[in-house]
Amino acid sequence: MAASAAAAIGSPLKCGLISSQGFSGSTRSFQWRKNEKRNVRKGCRGVITAKIDLRPPPYSLDALEPHMSRETFEYHWGKHHRAYVDNLNKQIVGTELDTKTLEDIILLTYNKGDLLPPFNNAAQVWNHDFFWESMKPGGGGKPSGELLELINRDFGSFEGFVNEFKAAAATQFGSGWAWLVYKANRLDVGNAVNPRPSDEDKKLVVVKSPNAVNPLVWDYSPLLTIDVWEHAYYLDFQNRRPDYISTFMEKLVSWDAVNFRLEAAKARAAEREEEEERKKTEYEDNQADLDAREMYLESSDADDSEAD
Amino acid sequence: MAERLSLPELPYDYGALEPAISGEIMLLHHQKHHKTYVTNFNNALQQLEDAVSKSDASAIVQLQSALKFNGGGHINHSIFWKNLAPVSQGGGEPPKGSLGNEIEKEFGSLEALVHKMNSEGAALQGSGWVWLALDKEFKRLLVETTFNQDPLVTKGSSLVPLLGIDVWEHAYYLQYKNAKADYLANIWKVMNWNYASEVYEKECP
Repeated sequence: MAASAAAAIGSPLKCGLISSQGFSGSTRSFQWRKNEKRNVRKGCRGVITAKIDLRPPPYSLDALEPHMSRETFEYHWGKHHRAYVDNLNKQIVGTELDTKTLEDIILLTYNKGDLLPPFNNAAQVWNHDFFWESMKPGGGGKPSGELLELINRDFGSFEGFVNEFKAAAATQFGSGWAWLVYKANRLDVGNAVNPRPSDEDKKLVVVKSPNAVNPLVWDYSPLLTIDVWEHAYYLDFQNRRPDYISTFMEKLVSWDAVNFRLEAAKARAAEREEEEERKKTEYEDNQADLDAREMYLESSDADDSEAD
Repeated sequence: MAERLSLPELPYDYGALEPAISGEIMLLHHQKHHKTYVTNFNNALQQLEDAVSKSDASAIVQLQSALKFNGGGHINHSIFWKNLAPVSQGGGEPPKGSLGNEIEKEFGSLEALVHKMNSEGAALQGSGWVWLALDKEFKRLLVETTFNQDPLVTKGSSLVPLLGIDVWEHAYYLQYKNAKADYLANIWKVMNWNYASEVYEKECP
């Protein structure tokens, strides 16, 4: 009965929602979304059909007025973001990407820069989720605490950061995004287009990216983004992209979100370091074992009983 | 000193392409977007001359993307204004003469060409242009796309633009919003095939 009612209003069957995976460690998720595995549903007949959701922004569509209009949200979220979600689902249904997380789909279809068709839609879904959560009503102002300390350390001052971020957003020719990221990717990602391969780790960096590309593909942890596709600002600002960027910085940025993401990024970096240490120790222990065994075997030629 | 670029005048009033393209868009597109490309190109050119006179290789290299982007923007939009015409001045009238024949030969029909250009325009991710190009070396017509403000010639030095459709969002957003396909369908009503024919006949007399 519930199923037919759901079918009658055109929404997908929701006979059960599997959310067993817990927090995926993604930086994009706000605390209250933590335990949702968004894309696995169990259909009534027991068939798993992956379906990426269109998530609403964490505020009403008019909540950012007058800085970002309701009309913009109706198109930007209601049409553009929705289309990326719908088109992605059409592209991945029945393929091996079907049951993967959104982040995994992005990394797989980025394909080291040789983009596969679902990349554009997958990355844009992620980017827009991340963008809505990068803003809040009554946003703007300055960060504080450790985040501000890191900004001062890595950009000289808050103003230094703001100038660099604004410049990146203004000079992303064509469509794209500007980002504040936490770089802690000591690994060689082997990607020729990593924009900051030589930068030290555990630092904040501003980067920009074209079209749908995002810093996940460079193994960075995004902390903040601004959408500089024209559809993001044209209804409110027309050609005046610099005014849009200033308004974003002064009135919309959610430093709470940035803080939360920074904590998650640092935790992940620490985990990764521990894991590497653990593997290194394991390897060294194994090597020591092998060496010991060799020595033992060499010194007991006359006694075969211990040999394999 | 190299000659500075200037904003070409629009060959018709801002509202003359309505209802296909609104006067509001034409005004912004010409007086803001195109003008900005011209201004920024001239600035970059000035900086380039300074860098060249100082033999500052690093500065010369760093200026390339600004020159390409803004110079390309000027080139592309200068063609675009000529590609369009009010209905009263022949906008939308199908091509006749040798270009019309060549289109039928190459694409089967004008409808097929329009369909192809619209599909490629719709499929273009991000910002760019879709072109009807003449390969003057092989004397063949083809449909090509370029990203951002890359001029057609970046896709082949023998390519000559006959028609270009701007599919940057600024070209249609205020009127069509996200409905890019509607913009593409409607722009053909003000397409200036006379210009395309002139260019074609000059290269293929």
